[in-house]
Amino acid sequence: MLLELADNTAAVRVARRLSADCPELADVVPGHCTVLTIWAAESQRERVLDLAEAALRDDDAAVVAETHAIPVCYDGVDLHEVAELTGLSPEEVAARHQQSDYVVGFLGFTPGFGYLLGGDERLHVPRRAEPRVRVPAGTVALGGGYSGVYPRESPGGWQLIGSTTAALFDPARRPPALLSAGDRVRFVRA
Amino acid sequence: MNEIEVLASGPLTTVQDRGRPGWAHVGVPPSGAVDPIALAHGNRLVGNDTVAAALEATLIGPRLRFDAEALVALTGATYRGPFVVRAGEVLEVGACRHGVRAYVTVRGGIEVEPVLGSRSADLLSRLGPPPLQDGDVLSIGAEPDGEPDADLDPPPALPVEPVLRVLPGPRDDWFDPGALEALVAGPWQVSLSSNRIGVRLEGPPLARAGEKELLSEGLVAGALQVPPSGQPILLLNDHPTTGGYPVLGVVLEDDLPLAGQLRPGQRLRFAVNHGSQP
Repeated sequence: MLLELADNTAAVRVARRLSADCPELADVVPGHCTVLTIWAAESQRERVLDLAEAALRDDDAAVVAETHAIPVCYDGVDLHEVAELTGLSPEEVAARHQQSDYVVGFLGFTPGFGYLLGGDERLHVPRRAEPRVRVPAGTVALGGGYSGVYPRESPGGWQLIGSTTAALFDPARRPPALLSAGDRVRFVRA
Repeated sequence: MNEIEVLASGPLTTVQDRGRPGWAHVGVPPSGAVDPIALAHGNRLVGNDTVAAALEATLIGPRLRFDAEALVALTGATYRGPFVVRAGEVLEVGACRHGVRAYVTVRGGIEVEPVLGSRSADLLSRLGPPPLQDGDVLSIGAEPDGEPDADLDPPPALPVEPVLRVLPGPRDDWFDPGALEALVAGPWQVSLSSNRIGVRLEGPPLARAGEKELLSEGLVAGALQVPPSGQPILLLNDHPTTGGYPVLGVVLEDDLPLAGQLRPGQRLRFAVNHGSQP
């Protein structure tokens, strides 16, 4: 079942509540403004809806979110292009990228890849017209209003502004992903 | 540990078990055999646990040399009840006659290191063992407790023109009112560029109602995702966990094994199922 929410804050709140209080669900997958619940039995529908409504009512329910400081070296191949697109200097792009706090809106695309919301609006640049076949692991990038870090080498269509040594995904670790929807992220200069 | 030498891998042969569901929230696809019924059938034939891993061959099966006697079954796109392969013998699985994916189950299962609880190869995320290469050596797992079930009936033959049942939504309201009728009217043909990530379909374009852009949301296997071309992609087990193309309908889980056997060029139809949502 796909639940549609008003915004990402609501989606994260509902997703966290369902993951915590409804362990019988096979998976709870937040999107930008949605929560997908994967269940084994239709009978879970009512309970999921009740828990979702309760999560939305509980305005001040403490959402336990971790804060991650991700060290970045601003050496990306698109840093100059982003500077041109935004009318800033490369140095200003790096400075503004570090000045904001980000929220992990949801994960997807590839294991451990978090779509980071927030950040300086001057840095909201479009995706590249031609995606790259290979983006190295640890690349820090901007695209379509999001910021993100490629956990492993993969194709990618975002603007590459830097790199990090942080391990975003390790299948041997529990949890395997460093980021979880609702977590906070700050980028710090490496 | 007994071993299998891969003399010829075929075009695409991977190790598959029941997959790694439950990790989509961190971006990990469910993966696993795209015809889970055939996998389960094969595992029963040789007396394996349901969690045992098999080889999933695509269109043309591998050629395998066994270093020790083994009990083997072929299911899915090829069928052969349990049979013994002697030490040093070569098994030629051959071409798939119906369907596209054949499963080679070996008593004891294919033993590779599990990743997030599964031995499946995920071709989108590159988790699990890479596809087989000529010259690879595979280990066979320990003798299971279960008895081979040689009396199982062979599964029914695959239909020539399958009909897949679809639940409308969740984004049917993003399409022209006639889109569901167009989906049912078809006809649809399986594109050559189909794989474990999805079956690409060619047919009447499914028109969107507007120019809005959908924000990324969670996806399931069976989703009929419609990119701007209007030609839907039926997502299979290695599907991305989130996506921004609207989903017109979702193929019922019970019909997914059929979807996993669709051959390039094959025709198929859809029927709308107005039952309750899964």
